[in-house]
Amino acid sequence: MTECIPAIEDDQQGLRFRVPRRAFTEKGVFEAERKAIFDRCWLYLGHASELEEAGSFVTRTVADRDLIFNKDREGTVRAFLNVCPHRGATVCREKKGKKKSFQCMYHGWVFRDDGELINLAGAASYSKNFNECGQVNLREVPRLDQYAGFYFVCFDDSVEPLPDYLAGAKDYLDLISGHSPEGMELVGGTQEYAIRANWKLLVENSFDGYHAESTHATYLDYLMNTNGGLSETRLAGYAHDLGNGHAVLEYTAPWGRPVAQWIPMWGDEGKQEIESVYAELVARLGPERADQVAHKNRNMVIFPNLVINDIMAITIRTFYPVRPDYMMINAWALAAKGENDWRRKFRLFNFLEFLGPGGFATPDDVEALEKCQAGFRAGDLAPWNDISKGMAKEKPSFDDEHQMRVFWREWDRRLAGIREEVNNA
Amino acid sequence: MPEHTSPGPDVYFQVQQFLFLEAALLDSWQLDKWLDLYTQDAEYQVPPTDLDENSTPENSLYYIADDRQRLNERVLRLGKKTAHSEFPRSRLRHLVSNIRILELTATEMAVEAAFVCYRSKDGVTDAFIGRYDYRLARTEQGLKIRSKRCHLDMDGLRPHGRISIIL
Ligand code: FES
Ligand SMILES: [Fe+2]
Repeated sequence: MTECIPAIEDDQQGLRFRVPRRAFTEKGVFEAERKAIFDRCWLYLGHASELEEAGSFVTRTVADRDLIFNKDREGTVRAFLNVCPHRGATVCREKKGKKKSFQCMYHGWVFRDDGELINLAGAASYSKNFNECGQVNLREVPRLDQYAGFYFVCFDDSVEPLPDYLAGAKDYLDLISGHSPEGMELVGGTQEYAIRANWKLLVENSFDGYHAESTHATYLDYLMNTNGGLSETRLAGYAHDLGNGHAVLEYTAPWGRPVAQWIPMWGDEGKQEIESVYAELVARLGPERADQVAHKNRNMVIFPNLVINDIMAITIRTFYPVRPDYMMINAWALAAKGENDWRRKFRLFNFLEFLGPGGFATPDDVEALEKCQAGFRAGDLAPWNDISKGMAKEKPSFDDEHQMRVFWREWDRRLAGIREEVNNA
Repeated sequence: MPEHTSPGPDVYFQVQQFLFLEAALLDSWQLDKWLDLYTQDAEYQVPPTDLDENSTPENSLYYIADDRQRLNERVLRLGKKTAHSEFPRSRLRHLVSNIRILELTATEMAVEAAFVCYRSKDGVTDAFIGRYDYRLARTEQGLKIRSKRCHLDMDGLRPHGRISIIL
C-alpha cells in the first residue's frame, strides 16, 4: 500500500510546526479531503445580492457538484443539484438569468422554480403516484443557510448549524457587511481562473502576511510611484484564531481603502469623499468600530476554502481542487451598496491593480504557488514545509504563520478518522 | 473634409503592418518601443468573460483596465526581475488576423481583429484567444493606439490563471 494520509507535526515545546508535502500531492489525501472536508463542512455558495429579484438564478459548481442557486417566485432562496432526477443530465445550462421553471433538454421534464416536477412528457406511461413523495423533483442540497448575506451549503445533513460553524468569523462577516448602511453587493464580472497547484497553497497564500515584501515588491513600487511615496501607515497588526479552523489577519497598511482610508493619489476630491464616508461610519457604529472598519485590513479564511479579503477592495474568493495539483478559482468584488461613482471606480481600480489575475500582484502569487507545487515533487527527499514563524509569541503578528497553523490543525483533525482507517488497513 | 471615408487598400495595408509591428514588439519583449505606439490618453482593457459588451471598468470588475499611467507602470513592472511571473520571461507569439476597419475618419479609425496569443514557460503553453477592438489615432507621426480592448473568447481564465503578459 503506497497511499497513506500523512499527519502534521505540531511540536509546541520545540516551537516547530511542519506540514508534510505529500498533503499537497497525494491522490489519497485528495480523496480523503473530499470525504472528510468538502462533504462535511459548510461551503460558500453565493451572495444575497446575486438574487435580488424573485425568479433569478445563478448556476455554480461547489466542490465538484453543479448547483442551481435561485430565488423562487415566493421569494424563497433555494439551492438544488443541477442534475435531472430522470437520467442525470444538467438541467439548467445557463450561468444566470431569470426563470419561472427549468426544463431539462434531454427528455423535456420541467421543474418549477421551487423544484417541483410540473411537466412530465408522456405522463400516461408512468404510474399515477409516480411523484407522490417528490421522488422526481429537483433535489435540494441537504443544507442551505446564510449569515449576513453570505449563503453557504452543506452536503451533510447532520452538520452543526451555520452560526455555530462560523464561530468567531461571524463578527467579521457582520463587520464587512456593515461597510455601508445600505448593505453590500457583488459587482458585475466574475474572475474565473485556475492555478496549477494544490488548493491548500491558496489557503495559505490568501492570508500570508509574510510574503508581501518579496513576492509583491513590484506592487509596493507601484504604490510608491503613483502616490509619491507610501503613506505614513505601516504594515502592522495581528493574527486571530476564530475557532473551527477559521482565522483572520487584521492590520494597518499603506494603501487606500474606499471605506475609508485616503491616499494622496485620490486628491482633494477623494479626501472629502473619504471624510464623509468615515463620518457616516462613526455616526452609525461609534468611533472604535468605525476606526476598525476603515483603517484595518482583514484577510480571513473561513475553513476550508472561503477567502474574504477586506483590503484595498473586498474580494470573495472560493476554490476547489480538481486534482491534487490543480484548482479552479472564482473571485468576485464585494462593494458597498449605494456608494457613488467615484468610490465604485476607485474600489474597482484598487481591486484589479492588486487582486486580479491581470493585476500587479496576483500573477506573482500564482507563480509562487506553482513553484511550490513543483518543489513538492521532490517530497520523498525533502518532505516537510515549515510553518513555525511566530510560534513562541503570545500575540502572533500579521506576518507570522499562526493563521496557517489554525487552518492546518483543523485540517489534520478532520482527516484523523480517515487517516486511522487508511493507515491501519 | 468628409467625416467618413471608406478605407482603400493603402489604409488597410497600413493598419495591417501596424498591428503586425505591435505583435512583433510584444513577442520580442521590446515593451518601451511598444508603449510608444500608444497615445498619451491611451487605454488598454481586458474585460472578464462573463460580462456583456457594454460594461465599463467603472461599474464592472475587469481583469485589466489601464489608463496611460497604469500602462506605463505595467511596462515598468515587467522590466524588473521582481515581476516574478515573467522572470525569467515567457516566450510569446501573437497571431493577428481577420482585420477589419469598421470606421474611418480623417483623424481616427475603429479596427477589429482576431488574435491568438501563446505563452510558453516551464513546459506549458497557454493560448489566449479573442478579439481586439482598437481605436487608432491617425497622427502626423503615423498611427497610434488610443484604445485596445481584448475580448477573450475563453470560458474563464482556465487553465491560465494569470494575464501576466500583454495580450
Ligand atoms: S435526463 Fe432530464 S428529462 Fe431525461
Ligand atoms: Fe500575495
